[in-house]
Amino acid sequence: MYTFSKRLKIVSISLFVLGVIGWGTSYVATHGLTLDDVKVLLAEENSHHGAAASHGEETHHDVQTDAEAHAAMIQSTHESESHAEEAHGTEAHSDDAHAEHVLHQMHNRPYAALYVAAFFFFMISLGVLAFYGIQYAAQAGWSPVLFRVMEAITYYVLPGGLIVLGIALWAGDHIFIWMDPEVVAHDELIQGKAGWLNKTWFAIRGLIFITGWSLYRYFSRKFSLAQDLADVNDNSNFKKNFRISAAFLVFYIYTESIMSWDWIMSVDPHWFSTLFGWYVFASMFVSGITVIALITIYLKSKGLMEFVNDSHLHDLAKFMFAISVFWTYLWFSQFMLIWYANIPEEVTYFVTRIEDYNLPFFGMLILNFIFPFLVLMNSDYKRVPWFIVMAGIIILFGHYIDVFNMIMPATVGDRWFIGVPEISAVLLFLGLFLFIVFYALSKAPLLAKGNPFIKESEHFHY
Amino acid sequence: MGSSKVIHALYTDDDVLLAAVKTVKNEKHHIEEIFTPFPVHGLDKAMGLEPTRIAIAAFMYGCVGLIVATVMMNYIMIEDWPQNIGGKPSFSYIENMPAFVPIMFELTVFFAAHLMVITFYLRSRMWPFKNAENPDPRTTDDHFLMEIPVHDNEKELKALLTKSGAVEVHIVDKQAH
Repeated sequence: MYTFSKRLKIVSISLFVLGVIGWGTSYVATHGLTLDDVKVLLAEENSHHGAAASHGEETHHDVQTDAEAHAAMIQSTHESESHAEEAHGTEAHSDDAHAEHVLHQMHNRPYAALYVAAFFFFMISLGVLAFYGIQYAAQAGWSPVLFRVMEAITYYVLPGGLIVLGIALWAGDHIFIWMDPEVVAHDELIQGKAGWLNKTWFAIRGLIFITGWSLYRYFSRKFSLAQDLADVNDNSNFKKNFRISAAFLVFYIYTESIMSWDWIMSVDPHWFSTLFGWYVFASMFVSGITVIALITIYLKSKGLMEFVNDSHLHDLAKFMFAISVFWTYLWFSQFMLIWYANIPEEVTYFVTRIEDYNLPFFGMLILNFIFPFLVLMNSDYKRVPWFIVMAGIIILFGHYIDVFNMIMPATVGDRWFIGVPEISAVLLFLGLFLFIVFYALSKAPLLAKGNPFIKESEHFHY
Repeated sequence: MGSSKVIHALYTDDDVLLAAVKTVKNEKHHIEEIFTPFPVHGLDKAMGLEPTRIAIAAFMYGCVGLIVATVMMNYIMIEDWPQNIGGKPSFSYIENMPAFVPIMFELTVFFAAHLMVITFYLRSRMWPFKNAENPDPRTTDDHFLMEIPVHDNEKELKALLTKSGAVEVHIVDKQAH
């Protein structure tokens, strides 16, 4: 039995409070900005650029130095992008219109920062829920010793999901441009999609998804606890869990895909990618497995999970390695087809990211692919806890950046920075996540002793 | 070529064999080779064999494959007959890299896999037209054979092996290969 230590409680609450304060101040600060402030800022930036071209903002600098490799690609696609922009009727770029545009982007930033962090932590728990369902559906023999950790993490699915949906509806057109009727009125493409992309149907869909996931989570946890108290010859609760897990996985793969169109892809309502759901799934799956490994290592270091051995950690690390490669495969599949075909309405997605988000866009590949690939390749290293922790932190950071790259370009454009609102929002949800997960951990024994595979799992040896 | 005396002990059970290997090792005898009809889990550790280094070889083979793919495509598609790839006639390898990544990946895997198999065969001393080293065909069916070199300690070894559960023990003159 794990008791939620006072120290951890204080840590998570103070992270939460710190996050709320930090995010609140940045929200108030950007809210007070007026058009005149922005004009002054832009004038300053212009003179700055004139004085020393190479001493630009962090983003511009990166584009100049890092992007040599992709310079020609940018150039070749640039033309098509500027054509696309003209088609949207933005050639009337007077200074006022530009300043107002920038003002909107700066207003959007706290909303987007909050949304990215909320989605990131929610996605971890949803990824773990899928992993947990797979363990039951596959009747895996190695993993039942980790079930209680997984159940604790998935406790965050309901609050996390409601928070993400809540922020999406509250922020409205600050994140989702199609929620602005003024924009829709002048945009035929969005009008064509209005049957799907409208606020009511968006909210209903979100609630259906969250209800489905939470119901599965509720019942599988209930059966898992009931199995502990049942007679040794009575596996009926386990069988029920097996059945609902199989059904859940079918529900999940559809709803996860639709959720990723709704909650992420629709921030760029003109752009679409058919494998986007898979791509987001890979991200949430690897982050979820990483968090299972991190929490297990933490509890084991406290001497609370002696029944977890090297082989369990080894298997988790193998999953971290494998799903990192899987993520890269999907990322590349999406990127290469769009790059190769070079169709204007598709390629703008990557042009924006390569031009304005060069460092996070390519840095993410190093964090999410090259680093885990090289560090976790060696079999022996997968059994060293501090190695897994190091690699895990890098992977989590990389996948935060991944979500950042999905949301930010459509909301704040080139006005991005990982500063006070972003870091505060992460702290806020980190505190909430830790509090909820460790609270759930303290509610049941750490070993699912009634699971029919528990003996096999305890003796698991690779 | 000279010849040397070896002792062959046959077992009919993998658990008995594993226990016997441990006894023989405790008595500080060198086990030359063991022939089994199927892989016996934990046998390599019991015999005190070093862990395999084929993973390191595989990594290096993969790197060779990656380099071959890069050099080959750079020569074919960029230098020798420059091609306009995807409507982006930059004639630079690095700028066209997304198009080359699948081949780079495939050749990495191809080289690592094939060279790894070939290395494994050679390291196991198996090459074309080689006569089988297997001393007793029953080891391909249901017997396990342990081969120990003899250094004027026939009697001692025979007693030890019989005690460890061997069903047959022979002394053989082995032709050096």
